[in-house]
Amino acid sequence: MKALKCRECGREYPLTANHVCEFDFGPLEVVYDYDRIKQSMTRAVIESRPKSMWRFRELLPIAGEPTVGLQVGGTPLIKADRLARRLGIRELWIKNDAVNYPTLSFKDRVVSVALSRARELGFTTVACASTGNLANSVAANAAASGLKAYVFIPSDLEQSKVINSLIYGGNVIGIKGHYDEVNRLCAEIAGKYPWAFVNVNMRPYYAEGSKSMGLEIIEQSGWRIPRHTVVCMASGSLLTKIHKSYQEAIKLGLAEDVKHRIHGAQATGCSPITTAQKLGLDFFKPVKPNTIAKSLAIGTPADGFYALKVMKETNGSSDDVTDDQIREGIKLLAECEGIFAETAGGVTIGVAKKLIASGAIPADDSAVLCITGNGLKTLDAVAAHAGYTREIKPSLREFEALLDHDTRTTAHA
Amino acid sequence: MSVKIRIPTPLRKLTHDEEIVHVDAATVGAAIAELQSRYPGIQERLTDEAGGVRRFVNVYVNEEDIRFLQNQETSLKDGDEVSIIPAIAGG
Repeated sequence: MKALKCRECGREYPLTANHVCEFDFGPLEVVYDYDRIKQSMTRAVIESRPKSMWRFRELLPIAGEPTVGLQVGGTPLIKADRLARRLGIRELWIKNDAVNYPTLSFKDRVVSVALSRARELGFTTVACASTGNLANSVAANAAASGLKAYVFIPSDLEQSKVINSLIYGGNVIGIKGHYDEVNRLCAEIAGKYPWAFVNVNMRPYYAEGSKSMGLEIIEQSGWRIPRHTVVCMASGSLLTKIHKSYQEAIKLGLAEDVKHRIHGAQATGCSPITTAQKLGLDFFKPVKPNTIAKSLAIGTPADGFYALKVMKETNGSSDDVTDDQIREGIKLLAECEGIFAETAGGVTIGVAKKLIASGAIPADDSAVLCITGNGLKTLDAVAAHAGYTREIKPSLREFEALLDHDTRTTAHA
Repeated sequence: MSVKIRIPTPLRKLTHDEEIVHVDAATVGAAIAELQSRYPGIQERLTDEAGGVRRFVNVYVNEEDIRFLQNQETSLKDGDEVSIIPAIAGG
């Protein structure tokens, strides 16, 4: 890595814990010396490394070797034939970060980078503002690396996510408000205390971790960039970093420059980016979120402008889905492919279904859907909709009566 | 209207390291102009050439984003608290 650079005005800054341009408050991004990287980062070299996100070491912003999250990433890319048939598309792949190590969401990728870099910069306390998955990941990875942690969440977050952060022993602070308010408080705290807030003052490093998802997709596809990628959007960061990873792969000669479109997905109850995209606007209007997809409930998405730009440049589309469609998406993925995704995953499936139905993703094409978190984290959202068990006494006769009833019911159907 | 303005860390160099500044202003726009007269250079950090608040700057009046109110026309009353926060992100 070379420097931090403002995405708005281009001013450059040294590689410290800084996320904001002094001049216009534009976000800072890590810039790399690609010519130098190209010399050592070849397909063969990458293939010789262990199957973790750090396979793509040179494109991740730490100065030395990673010290946090060495086993993160390398999640499966599943060929989803049954789901493809159900959705009416020729070929479908699921990038399954629902099983990412250690906290079952893609956040482990960004946290590994942020905490490794925080250590390099001398921090001993790490923190974050979170809609859930990030809190889990920071709490877990901080515990594993002996760093002190403060995670800030909206106090009405799903129980499973709260327990999933508390268990690691760090400090979990519930804010009586929605995510954007949590974020604002964290910005104020970050300005006052010498803590590494992974998604505030460490954001430029943190965000780069998402690229590993895109790079893995390329490698697992046989060093090919997918023609269509569907990504859910909270801040919009993941979508922009997947695009960046595709562009970097082309720049480094790791994959051919083929036409590829990146599509965005949001929940209707919090859809500032998709609403703007569908109207052909370059800017979004902030909203107050109201959706079961709490991990995507960000009303003022800081990467919204850039996500819109990526969708425009790649000729991608976007759409949003209702709470019922989200639950339907979760069930569809589970029933067809045996993958239990959280509500954000339901959003991705639901939107992919709409985009294929409308022809925005052509039926004879191939698409990769990014699943970002595990269903065990948002059990509340599907608890009343997962179906029901049928109870019988421990009697063979009773069981056979049940089976017989099933057979006769199916015969009539 | 005497209001309290919270200055974010990146701008404190311009306000002699003051985190809280008190100004007399009837609207958010007037408050920004008042800040400019006291701390020259601060205005161009907050607003662009067209005069609108820069897209990565969030301004709140008593915790409400001015984009949900009347933007720079949002009126202020005695004791109101105006916070200027750089836009941030996901988790």
